Amino acid sequence: MDQLAAVLVDGVIYSSWLFIIALGLTLIYGVMRILNLAHGSLYALGAYVAASLVGAWFANGYPPMGSYALLPAAAVIVGLVAGPLIERGVLRFLYGKDEIVLVLVTYALFLILEDLIKLVWGVESYVISEPYGLLGSFELAGLPYPVYNLVLVAAALVIGAALTWVLQGTRAGKLLVAVIHDREMGAALGINVSRMYLVTFTAGTMLAAVGGALTAPTVSVLPAMGVEVIVLAFAVVVIGGLGSLPGAALGALIVGLVRSASVHYLPQYELFSIYLVMALVLLARPKGLFAGVEARKI
Amino acid sequence: MSTHSVVRLLAGGALALGAAAIAFAALAQDAKPVKIGIVTFLSGAAAGPFGVPARNGFELTLEMLNAGRVPAPYATKGFGGAPLEAVWVDEAGGTTKQVSELRNLVQRQNVDLVIGYISSGDCLAVAPVAEELKKLTVLFDCGTPRIFEDASYKYVFRTGPTGTMDNAAAALYVSELKPKAKRIAGINQNYAWGQDSWRDFELSMKALRPDVEVATSQMPKLFAGQFGAEISTLLGAKADIVHSSFWGGDLEGLVLQGAPRGLFKTSLVVLSAGEPGINRLGSKIPDGTVIGGRGPFGPFAPDTPLAKWFKSAFEERYGVSPNYAAYKASQAVLGVKAAWEKTQAGGAAPTQEQVIAAFEGLSFEGPGGRVDMSLGKGHQAVMDNAIGVAKTVKGKLTIANMKRYPAARVNPPEGVKSEDWLKSGFKGR
Repeated sequence: MDQLAAVLVDGVIYSSWLFIIALGLTLIYGVMRILNLAHGSLYALGAYVAASLVGAWFANGYPPMGSYALLPAAAVIVGLVAGPLIERGVLRFLYGKDEIVLVLVTYALFLILEDLIKLVWGVESYVISEPYGLLGSFELAGLPYPVYNLVLVAAALVIGAALTWVLQGTRAGKLLVAVIHDREMGAALGINVSRMYLVTFTAGTMLAAVGGALTAPTVSVLPAMGVEVIVLAFAVVVIGGLGSLPGAALGALIVGLVRSASVHYLPQYELFSIYLVMALVLLARPKGLFAGVEARKI
Repeated sequence: MSTHSVVRLLAGGALALGAAAIAFAALAQDAKPVKIGIVTFLSGAAAGPFGVPARNGFELTLEMLNAGRVPAPYATKGFGGAPLEAVWVDEAGGTTKQVSELRNLVQRQNVDLVIGYISSGDCLAVAPVAEELKKLTVLFDCGTPRIFEDASYKYVFRTGPTGTMDNAAAALYVSELKPKAKRIAGINQNYAWGQDSWRDFELSMKALRPDVEVATSQMPKLFAGQFGAEISTLLGAKADIVHSSFWGGDLEGLVLQGAPRGLFKTSLVVLSAGEPGINRLGSKIPDGTVIGGRGPFGPFAPDTPLAKWFKSAFEERYGVSPNYAAYKASQAVLGVKAAWEKTQAGGAAPTQEQVIAAFEGLSFEGPGGRVDMSLGKGHQAVMDNAIGVAKTVKGKLTIANMKRYPAARVNPPEGVKSEDWLKSGFKGR
């Protein structure tokens, strides 16, 4: 019983993390039809900026609790700088090109950003574990968990709810949904599509960076951390259906729980478990669980 | 002055000139630089913990040798007077890339020898290619014992000890530290290094104490980074001993995520490759954690003039203590120098064949102490091993309760495979 409870707790914590890192990817694909391979680097960038900010915060002896505010701040900085720079500077010129071209371009961006990170931060790892331990731990199913894990779960819920509200409950969101369905028609009706794209890409960048920033205190921040994340985020998004928000949530939950169960009961299959689920889901629903109906264009 | 004496004088002068010319030619020949291809991770996840420290170890050793500032027995400049030149190659990119990089080094760059390789996968891939290219190739860090146990090479040497002794020594150490331990558990990366390390540790523990049982063996994906569920199972397993051969970001992640949850209190945790983590994590590694350094390197280095020189010169140059990768880099260069100068013995630069003949079975002194090329028909090094527990003193992590194991106690005898030797109880020779 205790073990089952531990599987659920570990699974939910991991799912929350997966959901946060997958959101930006699915949002950008949903709106712009760009499979953003640079997502992993933007995640890493968020982690590095958070590491630098939090590191400096503690080096100056400011009150430790303040470091929590720096994590979202890092994401906002990365989002506002890298998002517009990439969208206005590169992607804008490529809309309407084949999806494959855009995949290649974002792959190039991924490589450039990886090198840029190496140039700025070097290859040494950064450790900012203070925020992870600061809140203490709680006990569940007989096992201690740092309270920081609850922060992750809460962050996933808040971000997911906020995004759903923006897309479904606000005028701007409804306009965005219209653009998703038909870009040309949206533009013809007077929606500023170009601005929509800029805002979406910036928001997607911010989401990638917030994933990195919230992860930074739990890991060592180092080169290549982005590569690992992109593969996982893809698995989640593909299971849920590319571009679908509830799909990302369900995909994250499935992957998180399956991985956790595998670690607890069959550790030797952990590596393979996620891809087994992905293969099974794609066999049954080749476009993912929540893939929307494509409007037929004439 | 008689004609006779003039002739004699002229002859003498000519002779002297001729001798000088010959000496000059010899000198010029000696001065021909030795071009060394050096392969180490300059990018990717292995660059921080191993690749760059190793690069610095190489750079420092080459520069100091060229300047003649390395203490005895390596006080001569370069290799027997010939200056050393490095051609750097990044080890990142996978085995296929490394095989073509090696061909590049040998066939286009015309290097005289190659020193390199941290990843066991790369070592296994390049060794047969080096043999085919007939180019002296010295592996300096990779740990898999399979290189010389599954094959036999003429041109390939390894100056670093194999991974077998890390886990044999770790098992000896923890069974002395916790003589009543019954349940062991492991968390290792799911690839050759993690699997081999866990297998060696499990076999060693079972050989020493037939009644131990394995509570769980976790094999997360390499660079998974998040180990929440794994730590839960380790905590739930209530193991007396938890073994991990994690390195780099995974090692740091395990300590950062495991310590707040009490993993290091409920179990005696063994980090068999934990030494490079000291610089990054420092006092974040809980007291009492067993730490290995893959040989007598870093805080485990012996108290020799060479060891002291290396540590202080490295700290002065790079502002950080050298870790085991840096020691092993320096050790590889000094090993080749020892072989080179043994066969050269005052004459002209030796041929590759002569260096190889001198290298086989050689004993030399490295910054980690004595190195004996005694396995793999004289191509594979063995060394003593040392291991200890972490203890933070005044905010700085130190190694306490250090214990040394002679090379013969923790390495198999020549001709016996590590796995068979461990299974048969790894009695000391």
